[in-house]
Amino acid sequence: MRAPRPPNRPPRCLATAAVDLRRALERAERRRALGGFALALPLVAFLFVFFLLPIVGMLAKSVDNHELASVMPKSAELLRTWRGVGPPPEEIVAVFARELKEAYLRREVAVVAQRLNREQAGWRNLILGTARRLPDTAEGGWLATLVRLDPAWGEPAIWAGLRRAAQPWTDIFLLAAVDLARDERDAIRPVPPEQAIYLDILARTFWISALVTLLCLVLGYPLAYLLASLPERWANPLLIVVLLPFWTSLLVRIAAWIVLLQREGVINDFLVRIGVLEEPVALVFNRTGVLVAMTHVLLPFMVLPLYSVMRGIPLSLTRAALSLGATPWVAFRRVYLPLSMPGVAAGSLLVFILALGYYITPALVGGAADQMISYFVAFFTLHTANWGMAAALASLLLVVTLLLYWLYARLVGIERLRLG
Amino acid sequence: MLGSGPFARACLWGYALLVLAFLVLPILVILPLSFSAGAFLHFPLPGLSLRWYARLLEHEPWRISLLNSLIAGTIATVLATVLGTLAAVGLARARFPGRSLVMALVLAPMIVPTVILATGAYFFYRPLGLTGNLLGLAVAHTVLGAPFVVVTVSATLGALDPALVRAAQSLGAPPWLAFRKVTLPIIAPGVVSGALFAFVTSFDEVVVALFLTGPAQRTLPRQMFDGIREEINPEILAAATILVVLAVALLVTAELLRRRSARLRGIAP
Repeated sequence: MRAPRPPNRPPRCLATAAVDLRRALERAERRRALGGFALALPLVAFLFVFFLLPIVGMLAKSVDNHELASVMPKSAELLRTWRGVGPPPEEIVAVFARELKEAYLRREVAVVAQRLNREQAGWRNLILGTARRLPDTAEGGWLATLVRLDPAWGEPAIWAGLRRAAQPWTDIFLLAAVDLARDERDAIRPVPPEQAIYLDILARTFWISALVTLLCLVLGYPLAYLLASLPERWANPLLIVVLLPFWTSLLVRIAAWIVLLQREGVINDFLVRIGVLEEPVALVFNRTGVLVAMTHVLLPFMVLPLYSVMRGIPLSLTRAALSLGATPWVAFRRVYLPLSMPGVAAGSLLVFILALGYYITPALVGGAADQMISYFVAFFTLHTANWGMAAALASLLLVVTLLLYWLYARLVGIERLRLG
Repeated sequence: MLGSGPFARACLWGYALLVLAFLVLPILVILPLSFSAGAFLHFPLPGLSLRWYARLLEHEPWRISLLNSLIAGTIATVLATVLGTLAAVGLARARFPGRSLVMALVLAPMIVPTVILATGAYFFYRPLGLTGNLLGLAVAHTVLGAPFVVVTVSATLGALDPALVRAAQSLGAPPWLAFRKVTLPIIAPGVVSGALFAFVTSFDEVVVALFLTGPAQRTLPRQMFDGIREEINPEILAAATILVVLAVALLVTAELLRRRSARLRGIAP
């Protein structure tokens, strides 16, 4: 960066010279700041297009409700503004029936059927079956015709569902992600117990993450404590040992744990041979496997922040406590432990945040009851194409993650975020 | 202090060594199994052979997936390194308004669950023509790798004495020359280890690969994922062993770079 150019004319007095100098300095600083931003801009723009926009777009899918309006626009418009409980007036039903038949003939009715099935399981068949058998003319009115095809058309529920599907956006996916639904009066209520699965999955995700964080802390704290008390030439090679799993492919580590833990695996073999176990026990494809493998993968993220904080704790402080008559335990608890808390906070938050999003590890070493929220996001996106539900669960996961990220930034400082 | 008595010290060492064994042994255990002459994953080994490595080389899907991983990884590494280094230099240069927000955005891909990026990419890379080809995968991997470059380069920049750059400028070097001749040699270890991180990130990434790639773009992690899902055999362990050797090589390189950078900055080795 060039030094600010001196003013052409000699200064009239010192005061104006000072003002000129300050202005020049401000100009230089501004240019510097602008240059800094310009250098960061390519990455910011890249992340905006390929990271931020896709995520925002994905979030929008969780409230997307375009299906009915795009296939049956007139019915959607009428139903959107219709207020009331029970079947709507005959003129709305007539428009609905006509558009349903047209959609059937255009082979687009499946889209609507699919959307209504999200409101209530079974409505796909109601819509498809009705559309297929719908006559060209109505005897005794369209509503009566529909009811004759399927008595469900006489109930308020389906019409309330259609009205919800006609709105510009929907909250059913977001509500469903926390086991809530809307009834025929559009009031929010819990879903029936046999359909309530998502709160369970959410609680399971938190519980596994918390357990893994705790395990990492229990294993990592003494290790970091020892490493921090060693001279650097001893600590560095041992730190490399901590880093080795970190650099090793995740899939390699998962494969290793399956080989070790499976029923015919190395650990079961060994325990049976030395007589500890009568017969092999299930150690993998269940919760044990998930906890062991996730702890193994995430432990370095706990040890490294702990180590860097502990390195900075002066030994003189605990020595002072000891010389003043504290027992080693008291000196640790009252002096060292509080000073190491920033490391505990940084490591625990990081491990917890990372654990929340885990997908591959539980998918490969867990059973059906050990899958976490990410698994269901992938499942709904890739296998059932229920994109609204996938987006709603992803939104939930994202909100929780961002809240914890914000907490991390406040407590630990974003500049200290290092994964390695 | 706690752990200062000889007995307590021995307990602490014992515990720490157990934890280190927990970290390393599982990885080491698979190495001998990959050289087994038999098909079962048991000790003692029935005999040693290289047959699983030979199968790995003959097997077409492994070769293709390795090639795909190398291509995607290289593109992602180059993009992430260039973008990340520029951004780190810019962020270190001055405090501009919104700097912490930019920092939060730049580091967010390390924190946001990969499945969220993968789902977003699944829907919105398609209109950009970035699904079903390696470029889309490389772009998503760049998003994941760039924060690592920013972090490692920032760390070396933080230790860079600004007086050196100022000295170059006062001797008449234009900004670009001062950057190339003074800043870049000093931050080079950070840039290279950031690049290594970015490469490893891409080379090991499976979630985005599951969402964005078809059979023709199958990558090495994806191949391993499917293999582990079906049944683990020594062939997979042979692939895993090669990856472990690669990881050790990269780790040692990164460590040597870190020491070199410390030496260049005048900190004891």
